[in-house]
Amino acid sequence: MNSPARMTDEQAEALVRDVLRSVAPGPALDTLTEHDDLRETLGLDSLDFLAVVTRVSERTGRRIEEDDYDRLADLAGWMSYLADGQEG
Amino acid sequence: MESGTVVEWLVAPGDRVHRGDVVAVVDTDKAAIDVECFADGVVDRLLVQPGQRVAVGAPLALIESDGARAAPRATEPPLSPPEPSPPEPPEAEPLAEAGAPAVHSPLARKRAADAEIDLATVPGTGPGGSITRADVDRAIEHRKAPKERERPRISPYARRLAAERGVDPDTLRAAGPDGVVRARDVPAPALILRAPRPGDAARRATAALMARANHEIPHYYLALDIDLGPAMEWLRGHNRAIPVADRVLPAAVLLRAVVLAARASRSSTGTGSTTTSSPPTPCTSAWRCRCARAASPSRSSTTPARSGSTPDGPHPRRGRARAGRTDALVRASGATITVTNLGELGVDRVDGVIHPPQVALIGFGTARRRPWADGDAVTVRPVVTVTLAADHRASDGAVGARLLREIDRRLHRPEEL
Repeated sequence: MNSPARMTDEQAEALVRDVLRSVAPGPALDTLTEHDDLRETLGLDSLDFLAVVTRVSERTGRRIEEDDYDRLADLAGWMSYLADGQEG
Repeated sequence: MESGTVVEWLVAPGDRVHRGDVVAVVDTDKAAIDVECFADGVVDRLLVQPGQRVAVGAPLALIESDGARAAPRATEPPLSPPEPSPPEPPEAEPLAEAGAPAVHSPLARKRAADAEIDLATVPGTGPGGSITRADVDRAIEHRKAPKERERPRISPYARRLAAERGVDPDTLRAAGPDGVVRARDVPAPALILRAPRPGDAARRATAALMARANHEIPHYYLALDIDLGPAMEWLRGHNRAIPVADRVLPAAVLLRAVVLAARASRSSTGTGSTTTSSPPTPCTSAWRCRCARAASPSRSSTTPARSGSTPDGPHPRRGRARAGRTDALVRASGATITVTNLGELGVDRVDGVIHPPQVALIGFGTARRRPWADGDAVTVRPVVTVTLAADHRASDGAVGARLLREIDRRLHRPEEL
């Protein structure tokens, strides 16, 4: 039942921060908190966001659908999404 | 072009350069250009620091040419013939006297002796042109790895772009006759993110262009709310069926609809004109359209950025145009319409300013769920407001209205996009 992509909050946060760093490097990332809006704070546009989604998908082996985007607005959202592992 | 600002150096003192190498990137008001080297030799000193603005023809660096220690040659911005050698600054004098290099550091002298390096061949970067230990180390490195330094024929800037875009440099082919792969050979339009500063060249170019547009062009404005339901539904299905990385963004669908609508509306439109006095010439061809979209909000530039030529499918090339290059590109493209998409800025609509010599600007706001009359019922649909700012010398309201309605029609048949 469990997806191989199931991970802890810490792992999820590290992974997402790592991917964000590769897409939008900069000092804003260092002060980014769990509930900061990613697009707003890091200035991601839709292409950047797609790059983040693509890379996280690649690294976790889990396909992230567009319908899930609403959940992925901030780090907390990413963490709960990735920690969920299996998604319906 | 009268002057330019050195954006970055791609070489450092001590580097060996060859005729045709790109050694620096210079930003003019219109575009960023690669500066090529006119001579073979070793970079002696860089005379201009990044950020410094210099006149065309001003020497940028001293290159010690191969063979006899001739007077150093200068590299300079292109578009002007090589100037005679600049007067050599006094600090560089010691270098020109073969056999008598200034070496103040005993350590440098010892290292050179140990490595059997002829100090006369080492360019000095220390005080007064003296040779430092670091200079000697560099010379040793230089001699040690001549093979590694023979890089493929690709400009450093192009190589970096390729790396940024995940393109294997070895797969690139040079378009120019000299066989050197340059930035323009790297696929996907460039976008070097530059935060516009007050007084920045791009800012000034935009200011001049927009002031001119508002002054010269008799704009008229039209707007239409479009139900994006069918298009978004289609796109959702499409994107679920393909790899994540290939997903098509909504903005691409909008662009594609504009391109097809512009092609289809065979009506009297202008070709644009660059002079104030003569109005744009009416012609019977379709709107010629090149895709462009505003740079992303975070990069806070409103200069439209051409993102590639007319796309052949709902996949306009990804990436963004380098802000400073926009104007030149727009001019060169022969486009008559710019499309600006401010959807990501969260605004409902944009009534734009036409970019001379173009004749129209189409703007998209944010697609939002709004109440929508569907027959006698009110439903909630994703709706986007599309606007047209057009040059009244080139077209009339009826023509513009037809274009907007055609965009609407195309978006209701997404499978044909």
